[in-house]
Amino acid sequence: MAVPTPSSVDLSAALVLGPTTGADWLVILPVAWCFTIGAVLVMLRRSVGLHPIIAVAGLAGLVLIDALLLGHVAAKGPVTMVMGRWLPPFGIAFTVDLTGALFALVAAIVALAGGIFSLADINDSGRRYGFYPFLMLLMAGVSGAFLTGDIFNLYVWFEVLLISSFGLLVLGSEPEQIDGTVKYGFLNLVATTLFLVATGYLYAVFGTLNMADIARKAEGLRGSAPLMTLTALYVLAFGMKAAAFPVNFWLPASYHTPRVVVSALFAGLLTKVGIYALIRVMVMLFPVEREELSFVMALAGALTMIVGVLGALAQTDFRRILGYLVVSGIGSMLAGIAVGGPGGIGGAIFYALHSMLVMTGLYFAAGIAARLGGDSSIATVSGLYRKNVGFAALTLMLCFAVSGLPPFSGFWPKVMLVKAALDIGAWWLAAALLLAGFCTVIVTGRLFLLAYWRDEPGAAAETVRLPPAVLAPLTALSLLTLGIGLYPEPLLATIQSAAAGLAEPSAYLNSVFPVGGLR
Amino acid sequence: MEAWFALLVGIFFTVAVYLMLSKFIIRVLLGVAVLGNAVNLLIFTGGRLTRDVPPVIAGGADALGGPAANALPQALILTAIVISFSFFAFLLVLAWRAYEDLSTDNTDEMRVAEPMKEPMPPLGY
Repeated sequence: MAVPTPSSVDLSAALVLGPTTGADWLVILPVAWCFTIGAVLVMLRRSVGLHPIIAVAGLAGLVLIDALLLGHVAAKGPVTMVMGRWLPPFGIAFTVDLTGALFALVAAIVALAGGIFSLADINDSGRRYGFYPFLMLLMAGVSGAFLTGDIFNLYVWFEVLLISSFGLLVLGSEPEQIDGTVKYGFLNLVATTLFLVATGYLYAVFGTLNMADIARKAEGLRGSAPLMTLTALYVLAFGMKAAAFPVNFWLPASYHTPRVVVSALFAGLLTKVGIYALIRVMVMLFPVEREELSFVMALAGALTMIVGVLGALAQTDFRRILGYLVVSGIGSMLAGIAVGGPGGIGGAIFYALHSMLVMTGLYFAAGIAARLGGDSSIATVSGLYRKNVGFAALTLMLCFAVSGLPPFSGFWPKVMLVKAALDIGAWWLAAALLLAGFCTVIVTGRLFLLAYWRDEPGAAAETVRLPPAVLAPLTALSLLTLGIGLYPEPLLATIQSAAAGLAEPSAYLNSVFPVGGLR
Repeated sequence: MEAWFALLVGIFFTVAVYLMLSKFIIRVLLGVAVLGNAVNLLIFTGGRLTRDVPPVIAGGADALGGPAANALPQALILTAIVISFSFFAFLLVLAWRAYEDLSTDNTDEMRVAEPMKEPMPPLGY
């Protein structure tokens, strides 16, 4: 039986007593904002005409919030906000460091581009089925995953974005979409369940779910606890989420089935959430285990790159080619995580941010190509160059970027990764990176040659005008990749300090457990 | 006690994996449901099994007196149950819809999204 204790407990040690500053609210604002807009959109389900306006304005607001958050984090270092006045490790913490803020900002930019593109892509029935509420809830899940500092909450945010992605994927209910969603749904659910298994073991070993607390305690438990098993489970779960080689088959089976804007957003956001989680867990929480697993991960990365790009070469459908290119890009990021060090981790982060912009842009291009050519197979589509020269030029820019050719954004992360791989003597990994880049050039060259340059037999060449709602986001993303490629210094400096903050998380830990606070 | 629970969790995982390896969606779905319960049991066991009292603070006291059961795994499992149940419901409807629209629940015959024979692109330019 519990006996009443005579000594009184000092609750102030476990409670937040100081007032929360306005800047701290920025930490949870991206999530709260997306949920609010999503809820408003659900309430306005009878007036779907308002949905696009509210959603695009909301996404623009999200970009602004994330930009402010990134500025705040860059100036002040990692920021923590806890829920319900309980201090960590008891309270649920949202902790934002540079890595999380960077990913969240680029995700918001991609979502805004998708929101604008959707004005011309999502028809009335799509709106009635709730495209915009799902989009806002997806962004809530994605932002939450990037900003949370609690590993169980990471699982919850994964589920939030997963259920929204199911909704977006079946939107339209074509047989093709249902087929794709079945494969996507079951395999992703298994992946998140594996993530939950790993988190259950983690809780059993550590007795805590706060990431900073785990990072602090990992050193002491390394000798006694099966941390390698835990880490391997996380690698499998997040690798499945990110579509790494042996567990990647759900992605090319499903990403080409939904509306174009949906596949564009998925290609930009969802696999990168897996990569982000992998970086967070492997680099910050279990750096020693990452070293031990590095060969396995490098092998998986190299195979993912090569298998992805070979799959892309074998396809004829524009969007399915892109699906395999997404997989191939994931391989480069895995290689970066496996190599480690500032070059490897920085390269992986840079590649992920670049891939978010470029893959989204390429899916937009695939949608416009299908609109201009009447089909999505490069066996039948032809003469796109004649139909709209500006669009062809933008696609070519994105093709260069995805192949890692200068002067576009894909070049710098590739250089970083190859150099980092050569620095540790993994010449085969560097060779795989270069080979994958070379094959990507062939893939995009084949695509451009057949769909854009090949003359349409017996058709008069006439220019087709494209609505600004589809051209503007494509232009913006292409120019962004060009801008990053031409002037990478500011982004590179931010990424380097983000990678340094992951490798040496003392600032992160200090933000969660401030000096003079609890313990 | 823990050993028996570990064995039970192992059996659950075995059954789940066996069912998920099936070609038929409805069996895969049952496998997913069993898998969710296996994980819930795993978290429950991971939070230490005790025969202690519930963590309720006695009247007039400020803190727990003696050892008490850990309440956190139950909160985690509750979250996981809600999530896995909603997913199970969604996937059940999806499987039904797939069966109606594709008129099969055999995954070998579900080749709508990835057709077997696609036209070749032109080989020369």
